Amino acid sequence: MDPKQFIARHVVDLPKSGIRDFFEIVAKMKDVISLGIGEPDFDTPWHIREAAIYALEKGKTHYTSNLGLIELRRAIAKYVEQTFAIGYRPDDEILVTVGVSEALDLAFRALINPGEKVMFHQPCYVSYHPSVTLVHGVGVPVPTYAKDNFALTAEALAAAWQPGCKLLVLNLPCNPTGGTCNRAQLEAIAKFCVEKDLLVLSDEIYSELTFEGQHVSIASLPGMRDRTIFLHGFSKAFAMTGWRIGYACGPAVLIEAMMKVHQYSMMCASIISQEGALEALLRGEDGMKAMRDQYHRRRDFIVRRLNEIGLTCHMPRGSFYAFPSVVKTGRTEKEFAVGLVEQERVAVVPGTAFGANGAGFVRACFATSYEQLIEATDRIDRYVQGLRR
Amino acid sequence: MNPVLKLLIEGEQLTTAQMAQVAGLSEAEVMRHLEQLKKEKIFLGWRPVLDLSREAAAAAAVRAVIEVKITPERGGGFNRLAERIGRFDEVESCYLMSGSYDLLIFVNGASLQKVAAFVSEKLSTLEGVLSTSTHFMLRSYKEGGFLLDVPVEENGRLKVVP
Repeated sequence: MDPKQFIARHVVDLPKSGIRDFFEIVAKMKDVISLGIGEPDFDTPWHIREAAIYALEKGKTHYTSNLGLIELRRAIAKYVEQTFAIGYRPDDEILVTVGVSEALDLAFRALINPGEKVMFHQPCYVSYHPSVTLVHGVGVPVPTYAKDNFALTAEALAAAWQPGCKLLVLNLPCNPTGGTCNRAQLEAIAKFCVEKDLLVLSDEIYSELTFEGQHVSIASLPGMRDRTIFLHGFSKAFAMTGWRIGYACGPAVLIEAMMKVHQYSMMCASIISQEGALEALLRGEDGMKAMRDQYHRRRDFIVRRLNEIGLTCHMPRGSFYAFPSVVKTGRTEKEFAVGLVEQERVAVVPGTAFGANGAGFVRACFATSYEQLIEATDRIDRYVQGLRR
Repeated sequence: MNPVLKLLIEGEQLTTAQMAQVAGLSEAEVMRHLEQLKKEKIFLGWRPVLDLSREAAAAAAVRAVIEVKITPERGGGFNRLAERIGRFDEVESCYLMSGSYDLLIFVNGASLQKVAAFVSEKLSTLEGVLSTSTHFMLRSYKEGGFLLDVPVEENGRLKVVP
């Protein structure tokens, strides 16, 4: 008897994450400077950790409402209103989830019938396409290009659109490219969504890490609030990745549908994480801004160095990723990344891990200390000079 | 004794290049000594000494010292609670004292409200904290070894003496 026969077909067919092979190589090596990890190098600010400890001490160890603690939902409503200029009712338009990942999964499960199509821009976060496949939907990638600083354009959307498309997933600023859209670009996308009657899932997890100009949410554009599910969380801005805490905001009927799935699968997000999240919203703004300023300085440094080295790199307007092109070295992204880690012990992620059109690029995360960044870019410099010889 | 540590204790304000010259070492050796001292957790880091009463440096202008009485715990004494308090960003220094209270903590913040909120919402609500007594600093006369607001006077020392 082969236990493998019991695995569902669509799970068997699911491709392995492109990053995994590569990270198995890296995991066996010593003294590697990793620019490959997609999370803040900061620990969660102490006052947030301490608030969670305090909550435990006070016996906050029980289930919460399926939607999440009402105090937290109120704080989220206030924060989203102040930061993104979108109003949501805490009572029935906000759902606290186990990270944005769960929120995305809930949305797909609640909205997609088998065979329906979901558009998403690519290169993109590794889980979008598989999550669509897991609900028997069909993923429709829309390419973004370096010439546009990896902003999504309405033209690319129109070119990729097919009959049967129901949802559009946006991730702005984007992991892995750092690309984002300005208001005019978003307005063109919004117009397209209205024309084609698409619902938008907007994953804005990197929005606080926008370095130039004001981040605009598509949900704040006229007519888009009822056509958008706004997804956000605490992982990146407040350095809370391991807490697994996020939220979805949207029209009450859609939140209700997502909540149905959530209550049967998850019950509620961990109360300790909810308590930490509440503290982050109430008193975390200064700490968050200080971290953003650090990322900003590091971004300016790494992008300047990469360009000096000869790896053409656009200026990412947000996130903590640089996405330089390695085409000039004459190597593919995979050859480049493997050679770099073998020769100089610096790990970056080959762009194709984020979709086929990441070919020719690598992702370098700059959420690491200045000292490490200086050393890493010096090593990349030496490696690239070596390739030229 | 580590020659770099000696210079640090003497409180000379030298750059690493100057330390190298004074101690007769190369700058790389000075850096190595500093790294070693850091590893041994003797040298913890550099801090600038600023006159926070000046407007340009007002970002952390409100400072207070707080006397805290706490209940010692079986096994750990005062340590666990002291560490928990010390980890807050607002807390600049934290000491265990002899006398009528247990911990003396130095706190700074951007405004009176922020410091007051820290005391009332975070510090005094901790299990084990019995009482706090907060003293806001009004004026600084000497900071990290530097006298403030003292006019620089010529000391009358001759340029050349026989």
